[in-house]
Amino acid sequence: MIAIIDYGCGNLFSLSSSLRSLGIECKITGDKAEIAAADKIILPGVGAFGDAAKKLRDCGMDKLLRSLAAEGKPILGICLGMQLLFEKSFEYGAHAGLGLIKGYVGPLEGHIPNNLKIPHMGWNKLNLVKDDPIFKYITPGDYMYFVHSFYARDCMESTLALAEYGAAVPAVVRSGSVYGMQFHPEKSGSKGLALLKAFSEI
Amino acid sequence: MITKRIIPCLDVRNGRVVKGVNFEGIQDVASPVELAHFYNDSGADELVFYDITASFENRSLFTDALKQVAGEIFIPLTVGGGINTLDDFDRVLKCGADKVSVNSGAINDPSLIERAAKKYGDQCVVLSMDIKRVDGKFHVFSKGGRIDTGIDALEWAKRGENSGAGELVVNSIDTDGVKQGFDIEMLQKISDLVTIPVIASGGAGKKEDFLELFRANCADAGLAASIFHFKEVDIMDLKRYLNNNNIEMRI
Repeated sequence: MIAIIDYGCGNLFSLSSSLRSLGIECKITGDKAEIAAADKIILPGVGAFGDAAKKLRDCGMDKLLRSLAAEGKPILGICLGMQLLFEKSFEYGAHAGLGLIKGYVGPLEGHIPNNLKIPHMGWNKLNLVKDDPIFKYITPGDYMYFVHSFYARDCMESTLALAEYGAAVPAVVRSGSVYGMQFHPEKSGSKGLALLKAFSEI
Repeated sequence: MITKRIIPCLDVRNGRVVKGVNFEGIQDVASPVELAHFYNDSGADELVFYDITASFENRSLFTDALKQVAGEIFIPLTVGGGINTLDDFDRVLKCGADKVSVNSGAINDPSLIERAAKKYGDQCVVLSMDIKRVDGKFHVFSKGGRIDTGIDALEWAKRGENSGAGELVVNSIDTDGVKQGFDIEMLQKISDLVTIPVIASGGAGKKEDFLELFRANCADAGLAASIFHFKEVDIMDLKRYLNNNNIEMRI
């Protein structure tokens, strides 16, 4: 069973529907015992980093996620959920993240050419830079759906795939059993579903 | 780099997809769920659901259909029609919409864009504009293109962007349903003025119209309805054609 963490950040309907369409059992839950007992965990997230990090801390979810990651439980952060995995973010101030992956989150603004629009929104290609079981059902160059204005920095060590948008944007990252995807696999058609299927089999 | 997008628009009335010419002569077409599956399988990059349900009582037919589509189709969904308040945003977002498009609701209450952008993020708010030439100027029309508001379309587009809209849908009433190509002149004027993505709507009749649109570099996406519903243009064919002409597409 995959637990989708419900901490008041983001629309979880598509995510749970996409897993169910793959025949993967999942539950949207904020219950810590349930999350700890799950085989795998998805940390979703939409909105501002500071708010989301605070919500995780306020309910003690940050501690739980750190201890589950230390045990080697597979965790997947999606979009803002991926950004939360890093040590800190400079989205409107400086905020501490979960620190499960080395690196930080900074703005695209000022780091990409002016003619490129922000947010980075739309379908972009995945350039796979490292081989990983998470890619077993997709091929290099498959497109995923991105919507974000901030991106992960200083994390080449953990980067599995990049997207080109005037800067090399880390699109899939991994440290141990902790994965992050900057795009929305649950909105990326059959290729996105293929990534979720691979995660469920890790 | 991100691709240009091809977006079929599904006008939904009382739970069924319909399509008219110049906003009139509506005819029944198909079930939203069936069509959504068809488009998902044929390469649509995004779907727009427009609720043209006339009465409040039938509104739940739309949200039921939306929920069913969102539970089965995993590409971005934009919902418009009858969005007048933050509660309306809430209602469709809970049914699985990713973006919400406002039109007359923003004309009646321009603060709606800003309030929605603050609550749900810019990327969630789409400003849709129905525009028609009146005495050599571009006017915004409301109520499904029936009423001339007298508002200058260029000013309205800029104001929408400044208020936090994340995308603009520019629908030309002059070219809608005529199938003689997008309104490049109007789109050029608007895209020169804003930095947010522009979705072109109204006038597509053939593959070449999309090539003309993207070569003119005045839109990030092309939206159409009847040519896709009636299978006059196949989306995958269209995307291959554009790709062969050096327009990046998700194939």
